[in-house]
Formats: sequence, C-alpha cells, structure tokens
Amino acid sequence: MKEYKTITEISGPLVFAEVDKPIGYDEMVEIETEDGEIRRGQVLESEDGLVAIQVFEGTSGIDKNAFVRFQGETLKMKLTENLLGRVLSGSGEPIDGGPPIEPDERRDIVGAAINPYAREYPEEFIQTGVSAIDGMNTLVRGQKLPIFSGSGLPHNELALQIARQASVPEEEEGGDDSEFAVIFGAMGITAEEANEFMDDFERTGALERSVVFMNLADDPAVERTVTPRMALTTAEYLAFDKDYHVLVILTDMTNYCEALREIGAAREEVPGRRGYPGYMYTDLAQLYERAGRIQGREGSVTQIPILTMPGDDDTHPIPDLTGYITEGQIYVDRDLNSQGVQPPVNVLPSLSRLMDDGIGEGLTREDHADVSDQMYAAYAEGEDLRDLVNIVGREALSDRDNKYLDFADEFESGFVDQGFNTNRDIGETLDIGWDLLSTLPEAELNRIDEELIEKYYGGDESVEEEATAD
Amino acid sequence: MSQADTTVREDGIIDSVSGPVVTAVDLDARMNDVVYVGDEGLMGEVIEIEGDITTIQVYEETSGVGPGEPVENTGDPLTVDLGPGVLDTIYDGVQRPLDVLQEKMNSAFLDRGVDAPGIDLEKEWEFTPEVEEGDTVEAGDVVGTVPETVTIEHKVLVPPNSEGGEVVAIEAGEFTVEETVVELDSGEEIRMRQEWPVREARPAGDKKTPTEPLLTGQRVQDGLFPIAKGGTAAIPGPFGSGKTVTQQQLAKWSDADIVVYIGCGERGNEMTEVIEDFPELPDPQTGNPLMARTTLIANTSNMPVAARESCVYTGITIAEYYRDMGYDVALMADSTSRWAEAMREISSRLEEMPGEEGYPAYLAARLSQFYERAGYFDNINGTEGSISVVGAVSPPGGDFSEPVTQNTLRIVKCFWALDADLAERRHFPSINWNESYSLYREQLDPWFEENVADDWAEVRQWAVDTLDEEGELQEIVQLVGKDALPEDQQLTLEVARYLREAWLQQNAFHDVDTYCEPDKTYLILTTIKTFNDEAFDALEAGVPVEEITDIDALPRINRIGVQEDYEAYMDELKDDIAAQLRELY
Repeated sequence: MKEYKTITEISGPLVFAEVDKPIGYDEMVEIETEDGEIRRGQVLESEDGLVAIQVFEGTSGIDKNAFVRFQGETLKMKLTENLLGRVLSGSGEPIDGGPPIEPDERRDIVGAAINPYAREYPEEFIQTGVSAIDGMNTLVRGQKLPIFSGSGLPHNELALQIARQASVPEEEEGGDDSEFAVIFGAMGITAEEANEFMDDFERTGALERSVVFMNLADDPAVERTVTPRMALTTAEYLAFDKDYHVLVILTDMTNYCEALREIGAAREEVPGRRGYPGYMYTDLAQLYERAGRIQGREGSVTQIPILTMPGDDDTHPIPDLTGYITEGQIYVDRDLNSQGVQPPVNVLPSLSRLMDDGIGEGLTREDHADVSDQMYAAYAEGEDLRDLVNIVGREALSDRDNKYLDFADEFESGFVDQGFNTNRDIGETLDIGWDLLSTLPEAELNRIDEELIEKYYGGDESVEEEATAD
Repeated sequence: MSQADTTVREDGIIDSVSGPVVTAVDLDARMNDVVYVGDEGLMGEVIEIEGDITTIQVYEETSGVGPGEPVENTGDPLTVDLGPGVLDTIYDGVQRPLDVLQEKMNSAFLDRGVDAPGIDLEKEWEFTPEVEEGDTVEAGDVVGTVPETVTIEHKVLVPPNSEGGEVVAIEAGEFTVEETVVELDSGEEIRMRQEWPVREARPAGDKKTPTEPLLTGQRVQDGLFPIAKGGTAAIPGPFGSGKTVTQQQLAKWSDADIVVYIGCGERGNEMTEVIEDFPELPDPQTGNPLMARTTLIANTSNMPVAARESCVYTGITIAEYYRDMGYDVALMADSTSRWAEAMREISSRLEEMPGEEGYPAYLAARLSQFYERAGYFDNINGTEGSISVVGAVSPPGGDFSEPVTQNTLRIVKCFWALDADLAERRHFPSINWNESYSLYREQLDPWFEENVADDWAEVRQWAVDTLDEEGELQEIVQLVGKDALPEDQQLTLEVARYLREAWLQQNAFHDVDTYCEPDKTYLILTTIKTFNDEAFDALEAGVPVEEITDIDALPRINRIGVQEDYEAYMDELKDDIAAQLRELY
C-alpha cells in the first residue's frame, strides 16, 4: 500500500496530493488525519505526479499533514445473500448494530454495461395494485419507471405502496420459485422520511427481504454519488446470481444530481445546463440502465427512482435527462393532491413505454390496451373541456361534452383515487374502467375493438346501478 | 476491427486519465489514429496532439487505468470492415459484433479490452464472378456477387482506392472474406473484405435531385410530409412523444433495400426489442425476415461515450458501402442529440472553449458533414444508389430552439415535429401537422400522381386546408364553445376530426394498421372527402348539422385503418354515407 504525506491543496470535497508512483483512475483512498480519524475517498483524476481525490466524508479537519493511502483497487461492494434484512450506510457499511458483513464476493460498483444482445426484452406484468399504474401505465419486470414528483407531495407513500403490493400474477399461481427482494437506496433524505420508510418496512415485515442503504440529508453529499451504485451492484448480484426479482427504489435522484454538480464545481469543470456537469446524461444512464433482464437468468432488476422536480418543472435538467433514459415516468400531481386524490397520479403526462408488450391476452386481459387507450383519450378530452367550462359554464356545452366532463371527474374520484392502502387486482381495475366508459355513448368508443365492446360495454343504465352500489 | 497486418509505430506512456479522456506522452501518432491504451489494451482514438502530449478518447470504461501504463499505436485511423456478413449483424459503436463479444467475454456484461473483427473471417461465401479474365476493371466495379442473405445479393466491388487493371485470374467457388477472389495484372489482389476509415466519405459521382419517395407506410408521412429516396429528415420531440416508435416504424416498413439502424445512446431494452423483433418480422416487400436487409448498431446510453461519438460514422460508412452496390439505403439515427452530447462531453474534457449551451463550436459543421453524406448518387461504377437519413433529435425540455435541433433544421429538408400534447391524448404518430414540413412534396408529386392517383396533390391540399381551418376554428371554440359556431364551421370541425382520427392517427401496434400502402392512404382520404362533399350538400339543402353527423355509417370511418380488405370496405362505406345523407333531404 502506498502512503503519502503530500497533500498540496484542499478545496471543497476535493483533496489534491502529489505522488511519485502512478495511481489508477477511480482507485480507493484512505486519508488519516493527525488525530487518527480515517476518511475514505476516490481518485477522480490521475496525472503523472498529482491526483485529485474526492473525499466521501467531507474534508473538514483534513490538513496538509494528513496521510494519504492508496488502496490499489477501485471501490468494491461486499456481496452476500445475507445482506437481506440489513441496513447499511450510504457507502455500504452496516449501521444497524448487526455483525460485520461476511462477503461471498466483492464486486466493482461501477457496473459494466449489459450487452444489449444478452438482454431479454421485459414483458412480464408486475401488478402494483394501483389502478393508475396497472391500468394506464403498466410496470413490467426489468423496467425503469421513475416517479416525477415535487416537494411536499406523497411520492414516498406511493413508492411504499408499490413496494408493499407489487406482485406478479404467476407468483400467485405458485409457478415461479424466484423470490422478491426490495433494495432501497436513500440519498440525502431527511431522518424523518427515513423513519417513515423504516417503520413501514418493519411494520409490514418487508425488511426481511430488503437491503437498505441510508445516506441522510446530513451525511456527506459526496457519498451520495456512490450510494446508488452500491445499491445497484447489490441488486444485480441478487437478481442475476441469486435469482431474485429485485425492485430498486432510489430516492431522491435530485439530491444525487446536486452532489454531482457539487463535485463538478469543485473540479472547476465547464458547467452544462443550470450548472450541472455536461456528462450528467451519461452518468445517470449508467445508473438507470442497470435495470433489466438477462437471457437465461431467472432474476430481474426493476427500478423506481424518485425525483422531486425543482419548481415542478419537468424541463429542468434532472427530470428531462431522466425522462430520456427511463422507460416512461409517473407524474405525481399537485392539483390532484390538493383535491385529496390518493395516490395523486396524473395519468396524462405519465407513460410506460414497455406497457404495450406487457399487457393483453395471456398477460393481463384482452381488453387492457383498448380500454387504456380509450380512457386516455376520453380523460384528455374531459380535461380540455374543463378550461372551456371556466369560461362559458356547463350549460353552454353540448350533452356529449357534459358526458366527457363527468367522465373526467369520475375518472379521478373512482379510478385514480383508491387510497394508499387499497390493493386492486388488474381485473378489478379494468372493470372499473369499463364502468366509467359505459357512461359514454357506445359510438364514442372508437379505440375499442367491436367484439370487446359487445362483451364488456354496460350501456348507460347498468352503470348507474353499479355506481350507486359502490 | 482487425489490426493484424498493421505496422506498429512508436508506443507511448499514459500521462493522465480523466474519464474517457486519456493523455499520453512520447506517442508518435497522427490525428485519428487508433491506439490501444493501458495494460488491458482498451481501444481509443487520437483526438488532439499538442507538443509531446497526445490526447486520446477511449472507447471503453477507464476505471483503474493509471499513468505509466503503455499506449500502443496501430498507425491506422478508425475503420470499419466491409464485406459480406455486415447485414443481419448487431454491432456496438466501433463495429464489434455484440453476439461475438458475448461469446468471447463469456458474460452478459460488456467486459473491457476484447476485440473482434466486424465480419466473420472464417465463414466461406459462395462467390459468382461477374467479369472474366481479360476484362478491365476500375475502382468501384462489380467483380462478382455473393448471396449475403436471403434478400440481398452482395456485390463484391473493386476497392475505391484501387488503380484497377486487367483481370488475370478469377473463379467461382467458396471463399472466406480474406481470400483473394480476383487478381489483376498490376499484381493487386481483390478480396471480399475492405476496410474504410469511418470519418471519410466513400467516393461517389454526382448527387442528383431525388424524385422518388421513400415510402414509409405511415399515412401522415407518405400523405402529408413525404421524404425522398436520398433525402434527409429530422424527428425532434420531447421524451415520451414517440420518436423511437416512429424510427422503428420507418426501419420496419420503409421500402429501402437496406436499413442501417443506429441506436445511439438510447435505452438497452429498446435495442433488445429491435434485436428480438426484427428477425421475426417479415419485410413487406419480400416476405423475408427484416433482419436480412438490416444492420443494427447498438450503443446504449451506458456504453462508453466515445463509442457513442463514433457510432453514427460507423453507420453511415456501412450505408455508403451498400449504396456503392446500387442499393437504396435508409439510415435511422436514434438519437443525434446523444451523439451531439457525446461531442460536448469529450469537448469539455478537452477543456475546449464551449459554444452555445456548452456544445463545441464545431457542432454545426459535424452535423452538416454527416447529413451531407446522404443523397441520391451516381456511383463511380455507373449504378445509382441512395442514402436517406432520418435523424431523431431529443431537445431538452422539448424546446426546439436549442442548438442541435436548430442546426439540424438548417440542413434537413423534411421535418417531422413530434408533439407532447398529441402524445398525451394518445394521438400517434404524434407528428404535428401544423409545425411539420417537407420540402420534397412538390418534387415527389409527379411520382404519386403517376403511381397512385392523378389528383393526389389536390386531395392532399384539401386535407391540409381543412386541418388549417380547424386549427383556426379551435381557437374560437376555446373561447365560446362549439355550439356558438355557424353550422358550416361545425361541420368542418367534424370532418377535420375524422381526418385526425381516421387518417393521421395510425396504430403501430395493430397488425394491419401498422403498415398503410399509398393506395390505402389515398382512399381513406377520398372517403372522408366524400363525406365532406355529401355533408355540405345536405347542409345546403337545409339538413341540421346534428342530423348529418349522427348518421350510422360515420363511426365506420374510424375503423378503416384496421381493415385488411380495405377497398371493398371503403366502397361500401362511401355508398352508405352518400345514401344515408341523401335520405335526410
């Protein structure tokens, strides 16, 4: 191990040290301060004679007399199946008071890209029990589907509901031996939010099948850049070596990106949009693309990253770049939230790109695609008419328009608003959809196959009965 | 990439490493030489030389690589291997076949430092001579053919940089791509395999004005905004507006001979979908698997950024090679924004002075160089071939005023603007008919008039006018409601609604609707026009608009798209519409 006492500059989270031997890019470093405290860091830039080190635990207290030790290897995650049920810090050390981790294997946290040729296309439906997702923006195994939210919105509740309820239909039939695991990577969330998650995990017994990585708001920002990589390395290990179906929840990606920006600024890089580094797309892609399925392997990695959009603006670089990488997005909406809709998912801008291949006969139900298309179109039309109502009033609108307005209201209260504790299976979700569609005249259902209309369309009267029955 | 027979120039030593950018000292290299970096031999390319310091962009992940490790120069620029075997193959950004990599690395993940030739060097191909001993051949001439796939006959060409000469030996038989198939009197030996530097356009004759459409099978594109064979088009749109589906539809259904599909910095699962689908889907012209005419280049967003920068060049060079054989090639690049961002990322690591929004100042030049490699060409061997380029653009926040979109629009002649609002209401393809344009319309009209219908341009103009009028009326409707409009305008809105729903919309996931031949595109339009004409007659005769729009036959218009036997369906429908409307007065 090479040890130096050659620090020349300390700036923000970075330490610069002179070296006489070459040091590898991304290599791990230990810095020992004069009072014996040990900080960990990573080589960001390596030039002959000088290295830049980013220090995970912050640089305060480090002076020029500190010792710098290069570990000769890149950052590794200690992996074992026994990680399930453990709570770890943002850099992978146990913080639950349990025994140290006895790794079966240590793996580089900068995961290699999955060869697109070796991937298997995701098309297995995951039932989340949330109608707005299952019915309109279906999640499938191996997908990465972020939640776009804003400050003060209940995205955590939605993520917890998904983690709690997520199941795969074939699992219910008992045809699949693979187990389900949840990996939770927290980056810069408050202690209170963390407690909320931990309480829910403990209450529902989910902790046993979870691995939790906690980087809290007062933990060093730089550590946040390794937390998701630790989490995803663990996820890949459990999925592709141990056959688990892994659901990875990463919250909050906005904090992760802030940390990237901080490091970029400390390195005096040329900033891109809003000061975020120009390589942020590549960096985010290296995280998000670690979701998927691989041919010949049982397990899968499904990602639900959560991000809070600054100012609810989805053109902000973080949601924007995320949207270009992920396979869709779920929008949590402020207006719906203030109306008390739970979960307040706005389906119009939401999207699941992998939906079309994960639904239909044999997967969910034959009418799924048509029903979802028709509801989208009808709800969009109802939404448009609401603007008009504000100007001319309801009376000025035609009968047809009024039906669409009612549809939009019913859609929000009957379909989307189900509460955070209700678990609806896909059949139930689609039946509710048909109840709503049956309030529209049959001729308006131009996106649904005629045979399906015959089979499921209820007509006006039957619906009113069911509506009162609810 | 095979570098077997190249002379190694002076090697160097790594001086610094910063992500994909590595500098080396003591390296004797020319600009754009390919080098092998570090103990693991990672592939890279020289992008800057300053004094003794050479800057290299590395096509693989550089974690753990440190100063002091060696850099080996191949002395050659980045080239692609051309020859039979390019089709029906899936490459990464530097033309390494992904299936071979998987086998060699014995892992589902992409390891480092593994190299593989772009075409199979062992496989034997059935070579049939096209020239005889004693014939004189020149650069670009076809000397023989090879059945490359069930669809495509590969033409073995005299390399463009050859002197040519008299054929002294040629025979039919089975050969590998490295064996000599033709000997010339100059002593030159011609093999099936050629190498060509990717950043250099292959030589061709004059560019001609394209007059034939590249039929896409998509109504809004063929009908309103057609692209020519040899044309260029851009598809900009915010995320979720359907860029990739639109690109894939073009790759599946366009009537090109060869398709080169570049997944540049896009999603892994999407590429997998293409890889799984294409071998199973039939080519609409021949019925053979689509892959038999396709080459895929898959450089997903998490694969190294430098290879993302080079993948569009790899793709266009392959396209040029097939153009030289006289084929019509369609190249889809999804997405050129990722390519531009890769340039930006490398430029910023080089600490170059940034231009607009951090993009390098040479962005516009690189984009136009790329699109200019498209066109309808007279080849140097006397044949004609074309390359049509369709580039997707992913503007941040869907804002078309950003540099990549703007610089692209200055070059391309066809603009298919995708619209988030349309996508939200599931109007697909979400090509906005007000913002999009095609400058090929007029030059392609004669073709459509000759091959589809005499009044093609006229009927289209009627549709454009109706949609324009709807746009204006909608603004009024937003203020006062539909019922406040006069009856004829209400009827126009209704007609425009059918244009949108039955003609512009097309379901890419429906077996029948996914492909629409030009005849069907035309007939749907005339059906709606029949309704329009009959309805206005009825209105003039005093029939209230509610009764006109309430006739039984109308909802059937929206189901034309999914009809396989569309001609009979539409004939009947037209008759029914006319009969039902005439009954009203």
